[in-house]
Amino acid sequence: MKHAPEPLSFEKSRAGLAPPRLPKAGVPSSAALPDHLRRQRAPELPRLSEPELLRHYSRLASLNFSISEHFYPLGSCTMKYNPVANEEAARLPGFAQLHPYQEEASIQGALELMWRLEQALCAIVGVDRVTLQPAAGAHGEWTALRMIQAFFESLGESRPEVIVPDSAHGTNPASAAMCGFKVVQVRSGADGRVDVADLHSKLSTRTAALMLTNPNTLGLFEKEILAMAAAVHAVGAKLYYDGANLNALMGICRPGDMGFDAVHLNLHKTFTTPHGGGGPGAGPVGVKADLAPFLPRPTVEAEGGCYRFDFDRPQSIGRVRSFYGNFGMLVRAYAYILAMGSDGLAQASEDAVLAANYVRKRVEHLLHLPYAGFCMHEFVASAGRVADGRVRALDIAKGLLERGIHAPTVYFPLIVPEALMIEPTETESKATLDAFVEALVEIVELANSDPAALRAEPRSLPIGRLDEVAAARQPVLRWSRTLDSGEKAPADGSSPQGDPRQPAAVPVPTA
Amino acid sequence: MPYLVHSEAERQEMLAAVGANSMAELLADVPTELRLSELELPAGLSELDTMAEIRRLAAKNQVFSDRLCFRGGGVYQRFIPAAVAAVLAKPEFYTAYTPYQPEASQGTLQATFEFQTLIAELTGLAVANASLYDGATAVAEAAVMAVVQTGRHEVVVAPFLHPEYLEVLRCNARGRGFRVVQDLNAVGDATAAVIFQQPDFLGLLVEAPDLTKLAHQHGALAIACVDPISLALLAPPGEYGADIAVGEGQQLGLAASLGGPHLGFIACRQQLTRRLPGRLVGQAQDGSGRRGFVLTLTAREQHIRREKATSNICTNHALCALAASVYLTYLGPDGLRQVAEVSCQRAHFLAQRLSELPGVRLAYPERPFLNEFPVRMSQLERRLAGLSQAGILGGLQLGRWCPDLADAATFCCTEVNDPDAIEQLITALAAAA
Ligand SMILES: Cc1ncc(COP(=O)(O)O)c(C=O)c1O
Repeated sequence: MKHAPEPLSFEKSRAGLAPPRLPKAGVPSSAALPDHLRRQRAPELPRLSEPELLRHYSRLASLNFSISEHFYPLGSCTMKYNPVANEEAARLPGFAQLHPYQEEASIQGALELMWRLEQALCAIVGVDRVTLQPAAGAHGEWTALRMIQAFFESLGESRPEVIVPDSAHGTNPASAAMCGFKVVQVRSGADGRVDVADLHSKLSTRTAALMLTNPNTLGLFEKEILAMAAAVHAVGAKLYYDGANLNALMGICRPGDMGFDAVHLNLHKTFTTPHGGGGPGAGPVGVKADLAPFLPRPTVEAEGGCYRFDFDRPQSIGRVRSFYGNFGMLVRAYAYILAMGSDGLAQASEDAVLAANYVRKRVEHLLHLPYAGFCMHEFVASAGRVADGRVRALDIAKGLLERGIHAPTVYFPLIVPEALMIEPTETESKATLDAFVEALVEIVELANSDPAALRAEPRSLPIGRLDEVAAARQPVLRWSRTLDSGEKAPADGSSPQGDPRQPAAVPVPTA
Repeated sequence: MPYLVHSEAERQEMLAAVGANSMAELLADVPTELRLSELELPAGLSELDTMAEIRRLAAKNQVFSDRLCFRGGGVYQRFIPAAVAAVLAKPEFYTAYTPYQPEASQGTLQATFEFQTLIAELTGLAVANASLYDGATAVAEAAVMAVVQTGRHEVVVAPFLHPEYLEVLRCNARGRGFRVVQDLNAVGDATAAVIFQQPDFLGLLVEAPDLTKLAHQHGALAIACVDPISLALLAPPGEYGADIAVGEGQQLGLAASLGGPHLGFIACRQQLTRRLPGRLVGQAQDGSGRRGFVLTLTAREQHIRREKATSNICTNHALCALAASVYLTYLGPDGLRQVAEVSCQRAHFLAQRLSELPGVRLAYPERPFLNEFPVRMSQLERRLAGLSQAGILGGLQLGRWCPDLADAATFCCTEVNDPDAIEQLITALAAAA
């Protein structure tokens, strides 16, 4: 397939093109804006006709890999099928047209949906209350840490530290820091699980929380979870669950039963709301009863078949975003839970675990598997030994792209060199999984026979490997006229210099 | 079962290939005392029954027709061109994820680069990021940028910042350890930023250039929270020297949807680029000199810098940013201006008609506004209830946030509130008194 480059909308813009037909005011004009607050120069937005506009975006769409067309085993991201019925549900005017400041009596159905979704999530993860306000997983982490912080403040305790495993996702330490906590790292042991002895040495009455993912980011179940929970609680700290990997556990076991006090969920992972090219998602947070007074305002309460917002929560941390969360995503997730039910959710998690183990088994002669035993819903392999180190994880990733398969997550978690993190999900057929393995076989053969050829892939995609180091050294972050005509942007003394911290040619984690 | 793909025979085949006799064997790492027998949820439903239940819930909500919605307060009914829905419905966009692999994501990357340019143009600033969650979190992110940039630990907020944005800012400030002060007289050497909203929560125009000057006199940053459509008419933050512009992009082609998902945006002066939160897309070249786009300046972000990152944001609101790009590109500069002007003229006409009613007066008759404004009226509660019965979503009561304005509500107009709708509102309001 030939890919003609698609110009930017700004480059396709044609001066003099009339705007689309729009309503006229139809009323006498009396508005007078003060001159000094008026805009001087019109913004330079592109002018495109509607047919050109739609073709532009159709062409751009054709340059993307997506779940709808490609296997997308991007570990940690749970790229599973996004049911089309849920899209229809969220678009119903009875949801999409609601103004957030309508009176409660006029949004009873929306409130009931939020209440029922909260009940369902409580049942799935084993907590007492859930807030639906956070917009994404990281936002949920931060919300829960704020609640834990407020909880300890209410007790008059100062607990400035949050413990995070070295295998944790970057958002965990970042969320802790955004909350003013000092981040303390705990080591993973040789078996890929938290080193419990190291944990004991880090836990103290300074600890506010331990943040854990279970299964962890290596796809391994933390077998010592009950002992770890006991140790955390013994120093009076809270145990936090990063729910990015909940897809392994539905109907199998519940974070609440493991001893977790607070849990975030990524509705855009486990509960199939689409990833949207990077969002929007939703990151509800569930908590045990002792943290519930600190939930963001408002909560949704049910009384005698009526539903209402409760703003009167004196210990609440306040708001973490405007209104009530990404409501459109909540509708989709609830539709998914209804359709799946207790039986379907449990089967989904089992199938996810089965698929990961199947792929893991089939690639064990191709890639190095640093941890023995069965995995949960994903696993991490190392490309470090492929072709005796003459190719890297990045090359394997690009080879997969060349063969029409989205790459796994690479270089994450940080504790596995040349990591490839593979999460097949439950919605990919065995035939697709087999095709993935065959593609890997071909890539590893090529790596052995002609590593330079692999390093030159992809060849047939819209673009080859980009010079990311140069892009970061002289960043061009927007179109401008000077760019268009090929001139250099004027040196105004403010143009950013290369960032010394930008890792030179070191591939970066992609999750 | 819905959305699952294996036959029972395939499951057995896969288990055998793995070398396990049962699923229980694969799950042996899960302590038995934790194993559930069953989730306490109903069994699954057919698509037909699922959608019937979903429709039952949707039908319990009262849907006001667009043209009869005069309530704003941060979320506005506007005309959404069919082109927006057509692009958002493309699964190549909505079922992809963050464009980590540029060779397989040029569509999302280029669309984001275009979005960054559109926001930079609208705000008159050098750089915009790929999106944030909403207007409220965008204000909080901007405040954090200012605190880090200046090393100071206090932000001053001008009157009538959206009360929910203020609440989110306070929640962030308490966690991060900086103060939020609501007194412009307090701006001084400890001030990291002066934050103001233009137009403010009431819809009134503020003296943005003066507030910017005030910030700069004390070495603080000026953060403008702006309405993107207003920027077709009003001076953009870059023109009056503000350092950071943020805002809510819902009006750019997104449904009200009870408040989300919507779109946060943030733009800044070039010198602050490396303090920006979230994703940034930049231009790059491949080995044969072809232009492409790629996530860049990632050394600011959580996946590289972990606890030293500028923000914790990972998943953002990319698809909402795409909607905004389609919307702005559909309208172009003249269309956007026309939308803003029509809204402004209609609102001024509505203000005129409202103030002719007995017992109704503009709350700030001397203050300029664009397309939203506060009015005081007798029997406010009763009148708004009367409107609702007539199928009209009237103004937003201000009492819950502003005790001084207990008898006031803000009304807004956009291009969807035609002159007949305005007359309908006036008639119903007079009848409800
Ligand atoms: C393990 C883990 N934790 C946290 C997150 C953050 O979630 P989000 O991107 O929704 O903010 C992710 C995903 O990106 C993740 O994989």
